[in-house]
Order: sequence, then structure tokens, then C-alpha cells
Amino acid sequence: MPSSPHMSRREFVGIVTAAAGSIMGALIGIPAIGYLIAPALSKVSADAWIPAGPLENYPAGVPTLFNFNRTKVNGWEKTVNSYGVYVLRHEDGSFLALSNKCTHLSCRVNWKQDESAYTCPCHDASFDINGQKVKGPQPRALDPYETKVEDNNLFIHFLGS
Amino acid sequence: MFQKTFTWLDERLGLKTIYETVLDRKVPKVNWWFTLGSASLFIFLLQGITGIMLTVYYIPSPDHAYDSIQYIMTGVSFGWLIRGIHHWGSSLMVLIVFFHMLRTFFFGAYKYPREFTWVTGVLLLLLTLGMGFTGYLLPWNQRAYWATTVATSIAGTVPFIGNFINQVLRGGGDLSAVTLARFFSVHIWWFPAIIAALIGIHLYMVIRLGISSVPKEED
Repeated sequence: MPSSPHMSRREFVGIVTAAAGSIMGALIGIPAIGYLIAPALSKVSADAWIPAGPLENYPAGVPTLFNFNRTKVNGWEKTVNSYGVYVLRHEDGSFLALSNKCTHLSCRVNWKQDESAYTCPCHDASFDINGQKVKGPQPRALDPYETKVEDNNLFIHFLGS
Repeated sequence: MFQKTFTWLDERLGLKTIYETVLDRKVPKVNWWFTLGSASLFIFLLQGITGIMLTVYYIPSPDHAYDSIQYIMTGVSFGWLIRGIHHWGSSLMVLIVFFHMLRTFFFGAYKYPREFTWVTGVLLLLLTLGMGFTGYLLPWNQRAYWATTVATSIAGTVPFIGNFINQVLRGGGDLSAVTLARFFSVHIWWFPAIIAALIGIHLYMVIRLGISSVPKEED
């Protein structure tokens, strides 16, 4: 077939094969890539308001420890982490909630009423009643949690760690 | 540009020769039954690719096998598709390979000079069944557990050495983490490696000897 203005049969078959192949490749390739990167794309928000019980549990002026657990899911694996929060109720009815995790190396601090300070058993870090640094190796004050009161119950805003 | 690159590569790799030898072979006038070999090869590759994909999430341990598959099915995008293809493909592969064997048998294609192609083909059929057998345990659900319990017990009925075979298959007296681990190993390493090697030999002989024609009345 010398110089026909039309597409040759061979060209036509080539183009159709390439087109069909591209469509099939996309149909297989997109699910395959999605399958491989799926865990990176799933965002699980750990953000939650944790109920911390009725306000009567927290006497005014004395930091009181409240413990709670959160479950983290990675794939098919569940990890339970426990957290501690010192809740201080001020005379005016406002609340201060502080994580009991020392900002130095994450040991748990304890409230010492006689010293009027949070002390860390690991490296002797010391924080005042508002969580501010007094002495020790810690880089910053104790981490605060946001709080809210609903129907005479206290809630703590947990952000994921 | 493309032509130049191709010529450069072809000069060194002999791509054209490979293409001509493998794909531009002279073949007799045959029918659709002769596509079963290519179909077997295709589905082997499909099982290989989906199987590799599944190992990204699957854990061969009694603690995690079932849960990791639940995660593939419900937590991973298109996980149901990848596992579905591997699951249904396994049955289809046994069927296709078996029909490929029947075609070869009824068309007399196993005769001189293709006896050795037939022998490797029979081994490939047995290994395909072995892949089905070892893969069946991996989901580690009730069906998998009891099917393997029964099947290894059947192997245990062989006279004299049956009990030994049973224990080797299970890696001990009972089905355990050891059984799951060795079935997984055989399923993803031993058998696929042997199958790939045998397919290489099988195809080499198909290309070297050409395929047989449909038998005629006087044959």
C-alpha cells in the first residue's frame, strides 16, 4: 500500500493497543499505589474531651490527680497509654489542669503539699503550684490542658499526647 | 532519538534477536486451547505481584495473621481488591494449569521430542497444588486451621513414614506458630523460586522445539 492518505492497519492496531494498555495500566496502577500508601494517608484524630468527673472531686486550692487511658490504633495493633492530670480548682471556681509528665524526660511528677511544689522523682525537677519552673533540669513549665465545665462535670481537652 | 537509543541498546543486548526468537516464532495453525499455557504464565505473574503486595501488610504469626488480614480487607485502600484477586486467582490458576495439562494430554503434545517439557509441566502442576495447599493456612481462620489439620493428617496415613511426614509438615506434633511460619516460607520463597526456574526451563523448550500442531486423522 504505497502512500495512502489513511492510517495503515498496522498504525491503527498500534494506537488501539497503546490506548487500551494505558487504560488497563491506570486501572491496575492506581489501586496498587493507593494500597501501598494508604496508611500514610489515614489521619486518625486523637483530639477528645475527656470527662474528669463531678466538680466536687476537686477540692479548692489542692491539686488533685486524675488518671485516664487512651487507646491508640496503628493498623491492627492497639496500644493503651495512661495519662495523669493534676487538676487545681481555684477559689474563684476556675480550673488549672497540668500534665503530670515532667518536661525533662517524661517521669511522673508528684504534688507535695508540705513543699507546695510538684517534684519529679527522677532528676529532682521542681515546679510551683501553677506548673512554673522552680529548679531542676527541665526545659519548660508543666504542659497545661484546656478545661471546660458542663452540667457540673469537668472535661479535659486531650490533644493526642 | 528513540530509534537511536534503541539501536544503541540493541547492539549491546540483542533485543531484536530476543524478540524474534521469542515472539516471531513459526507456529502451526492451532486453536483457542493453545492459549492455556500463556494464560497459566499470566496468572502466575498476577499471583506473584498480588502476593508481593499482600506481604506489605500480612504477618505470619498466630497473634497477627488474622488481624493483619482483617486490616487488609477493611483498613487499607483496595486491600479487598488485591486480596480478592490473589484469593480467586489461586483457584483459577489451578483450573487453568489443569486444563493446560488436559490439552497437552488429549492433543498428544507430550510425545517426542517434548517429553521433558511434559515432565517439567507435571512438576509445575504439582507445585501449583502445593501453592494452594500452603496458601490455604495463611489466613489462620478456623477453616484454614482445620483444613491444614486434616490435610497433614492425611499425609500422616502413609505407611511407615506417615507420622514423620506429618511432623515435618507441621514442624512438631500440633499445628502451631512453627507450622504457620514454615507454610509461609514455602509459600512465598521455596515454591515460587522453584516454579520460576521450572517455567524458565519449560519456556526454553517450548521456544526451542516449537509447539505441536493439532493432531490430524492420520496421526
